[in-house]
Amino acid sequence: MSTLVERKDLIAAAAAQMGKQVYKGAEDAKNPLPRKELHQDGGKVTTLEDAIKQTGLKDGMTISFHHHFRGGDKVVNMVVAKLAEMGFKNLHLAASSLSDVHEPLIEHIKNGVVTKISTSGLRGKLANEISHGLMEEPVTFRSHGGRGSAIATGDMHIDVAFLGASSCDPMGNACGYSRSENAKSICGSLGYALPDAQYADKVVILTDDLVAYPNTPNSISERNVDHVVVVDSVGDSSKISSGAIRDTKNPRDILLAKQAAKVIINSGYFKEGFSIQTGSGGASLAAVKYIRQSMIDQSIKASFALGGITAHMVKMHEEGLIERLIDVQSFDKVAAESLKCDPMHKEVSANEYASADEPGSATHCLDMVILSALEVDVNFNVNVLVGSDGIIRGAIGGHPDTAADSALSIIVCPLLRGRIPCVVDEVTTLITPGSTVDVVVTEYGIAVNPSRPDLKERLVKAGLPIVEIASLRDKAQSIIGHPAALPFGDKVVGVVMNRDGSVMDVIKNIKG
Amino acid sequence: MEIKNAVAGTLESGDIQVMIAPSESKGLHIDLESSVAFQFGEQIKKVITETLTGLGIEDAQVKASDKGALDCTIRARVTAAAVRATGKDVWK
Repeated sequence: MSTLVERKDLIAAAAAQMGKQVYKGAEDAKNPLPRKELHQDGGKVTTLEDAIKQTGLKDGMTISFHHHFRGGDKVVNMVVAKLAEMGFKNLHLAASSLSDVHEPLIEHIKNGVVTKISTSGLRGKLANEISHGLMEEPVTFRSHGGRGSAIATGDMHIDVAFLGASSCDPMGNACGYSRSENAKSICGSLGYALPDAQYADKVVILTDDLVAYPNTPNSISERNVDHVVVVDSVGDSSKISSGAIRDTKNPRDILLAKQAAKVIINSGYFKEGFSIQTGSGGASLAAVKYIRQSMIDQSIKASFALGGITAHMVKMHEEGLIERLIDVQSFDKVAAESLKCDPMHKEVSANEYASADEPGSATHCLDMVILSALEVDVNFNVNVLVGSDGIIRGAIGGHPDTAADSALSIIVCPLLRGRIPCVVDEVTTLITPGSTVDVVVTEYGIAVNPSRPDLKERLVKAGLPIVEIASLRDKAQSIIGHPAALPFGDKVVGVVMNRDGSVMDVIKNIKG
Repeated sequence: MEIKNAVAGTLESGDIQVMIAPSESKGLHIDLESSVAFQFGEQIKKVITETLTGLGIEDAQVKASDKGALDCTIRARVTAAAVRATGKDVWK
């Protein structure tokens, strides 16, 4: 018989050969406490200040945030205020997007706490000040897919990610919703936070509902989380969007939506198993309503709907018209609840959604996308970031990602917004290259990119009012006259990155 | 021409609100606020001036709040305000 004692020399020899130690027995006696008591704080639950100290954050480092609470976000302002109080300087704030609610950043920029920003969009007073030259260093703008890529490739390294979550257990398993009775907030998908959780050196979860382990199914895994901080509120869910389906009553939007639906139905891509994404604009949402009837009439089902998922999409999924929903961002509460309850409603990270260098990202499998625009030019280039007054007022979002990867990209925009023309000679800022845009739908006619004669032929055959894009520009000019040139200065306040990591355009400061 | 305070138009998108008041000094004094001031500010002032002088109003304070109105809308609102300010119907 061979015993442990007899094998002692052999064990030592095997260890020596492998360059390992021989097992010496457990160091500590087993803790007899019930595990719920033992792991009450998982060693991770702490205060925001302590968490910041423990991450080792230093001046000049990069901190990141997600924008799933949109206008209701409370995490960015809370964390940056704390960092300012603790005396941090020269931080690079890398958010998936910023909006009106982040106006307090203006003071933190003036005080040198934040000296660099990377984001998908900027709105409100912060955008206005930055457009006028508030920052020394230009803001870096990336698409959602481009940001995911930049994080994954190390192009944009994140030192510490501060990620809001509607539920989290003491180990760090976190979700954009909560299954507990103490749920305070819901944002649904945490898609834009997932690359940060995966690639940041340190990850701090802020939650307003600390739940018992295990918080499964989880969106962010404990293995990526270093600290958990409990706060009163991570966000006001009511400001993501109202819960109900909003149907546009604007007759022009309805006309545009009907025209866009006709383009889709006659495009050659409207067949069993097609896939679709819509932007959040009134006309593109309404377009879905009009293709819905054709789907029922012709017994056509979609294999998946992608993107910012809305109550509209959830309804069609529940009716059996769309098999699966792929959700990087829930645009309203109905979508967020559906993500929580329906296994066919899948959460994806920004990389799996729209990264150019992930062969399996969902946009690569997308047939058609309906998008809005601030401006389209005669070369089909699109601007969704900078207003016609030269002031930053929007977000790149997934616009260039979906336009580039889809088989059919449709831009829906009115010819004029008030006195502002939407079809122009040259866009104020280049966001989505014209080579990726296939169709532009306006109330004065539909223009097809000359690179798509196949598409043009099908749409002409269907009797749609196809016009040259230059004639739309001319029509706009004949109504509004010639706008004066904008008073741009010489300072670069923004740099627009293409999704492949190259620099595509710059935004100059505006004077006056 | 004697004028009193008058107003025409709304603050809705695509409209312009025009307020006309007597002026103590000579000439037209136009105070314009516009959502498209950068691109169309001068053009809007030109249309207001042309419309008023065309109606024989040379001296007045004009306060205009523009929300992207087209020239035809601007002319209509300025004319309506002028008619109310002078009591002189120009459409008969």
